[in-house]
Amino acid sequence: MTDSSTVVAAAGLACRRGERLLFSGLDLKVLPGQVVWVRGANGQGKTSLLRLLAGLARPEAGRIEHLAGRERVYVGHANALKDDLSVAESLMFLSRLHGFDTSAAAHEQALRRFGLHSRRDAPVRTLSQGQRRRVALARLCTAPSTALWLLDEPFDALDAQGVDVLNAVLAEHAARGGSVLLTSHLPLTLSSPVPITLQLNGPPRA
Amino acid sequence: MTAPVFSAVLVRDLRLAARRRVDALLPLAFFAVAVSLFPLGVGPEPNTLRQIAPGVLWVCALLAAMLSVTQLFATDQADGSLEQMMLAAGSGTAAALPVAIAKAVAHWLLTGLPLVLIAPLFGVMFDLSGRSIGALCASLALGTPILSLLGSLGAALTLGVRNGGVLLILLIVPLCIPALIFGSGAVSAVESGTSARGHFSLLGALFIATALLAPLATAAALRIATE
Repeated sequence: MTDSSTVVAAAGLACRRGERLLFSGLDLKVLPGQVVWVRGANGQGKTSLLRLLAGLARPEAGRIEHLAGRERVYVGHANALKDDLSVAESLMFLSRLHGFDTSAAAHEQALRRFGLHSRRDAPVRTLSQGQRRRVALARLCTAPSTALWLLDEPFDALDAQGVDVLNAVLAEHAARGGSVLLTSHLPLTLSSPVPITLQLNGPPRA
Repeated sequence: MTAPVFSAVLVRDLRLAARRRVDALLPLAFFAVAVSLFPLGVGPEPNTLRQIAPGVLWVCALLAAMLSVTQLFATDQADGSLEQMMLAAGSGTAAALPVAIAKAVAHWLLTGLPLVLIAPLFGVMFDLSGRSIGALCASLALGTPILSLLGSLGAALTLGVRNGGVLLILLIVPLCIPALIFGSGAVSAVESGTSARGHFSLLGALFIATALLAPLATAAALRIATE
């Protein structure tokens, strides 16, 4: 099923939430340098698909194969930030936890990139939703360069400038040979690489 | 891979507690207030107080530990931190052990250890002898880790349950009864002049058994809660 360069491949994937079958028979293959836009109406299982690929949940059926040695970075709906920690501490905790680059230079660069450097010592409590999102996304810049990024609504709460920054970060990541799976309810403004659309249409009706 | 998870979670929890000192001191304040109520309610008869002291101190320590453990994982689950910890730990139940152990160790350092340290003060309040106070500290030092380990198991099992706090106490307090019996028994034995060795041995055995089994169960419960 997989050749050596496939970052992640899934075959016959099915996902169940409670009584409802969200999707079934889903095949998926992501190559290095690809950005895959997972689309679908609310409740079709976009988040569940990302959680399956991240390894947080187990599929109802089918199997998932990850390229060995590739890190996975999952940025969910929740930002995984603590109100009482500062911006820099929050980023450092997430980087240390995942075993990412914890050097001061990498962190400074990540925070600068997302326009948070001036607020690095501010408690997360004082940040706006958009700024919190930026802190959560900043750890993408400290992750290993070829990691698979699984981003759940990454553009949520970001302003126009934030969207531009994230687009640039995504484009660079793809250019390095990294892969991205993301969901977004807004049309993507990413121009290069052109995102590949994966449409979730719910389970086939018998 | 596991060392950074353990140390990252532990250091973060201690740092968070340092940021919220009042919250961190609440279990200790609860312990102090609850213990102080007994002489007021029972009356200042020294012999009675000396007799009930081991039980009172141990019961209050148990309740302080249970009350403080209810939110151990809840906030981390609500803000997505728990998900990130489980991802960083890797797949499988055993892989989640560092998360479970780090949270229990953090809880013990923040509530169990301070209880051990202030217990002598309350031993004096109940007119316990020096040797009994020593036994009290030793039994709490062995027993409070059991409470933290079982408490974190309860917190993991009741994740996402409404009124989880009450359920946790109903689930976990029965499991803590042996520790309570042998812990307060050790102090009573010393106070009445007999050997406390049997009590300490059993408390030690309980600690070892809990340390081996509770984190595994906690890790499994956390896997289920984040799935």
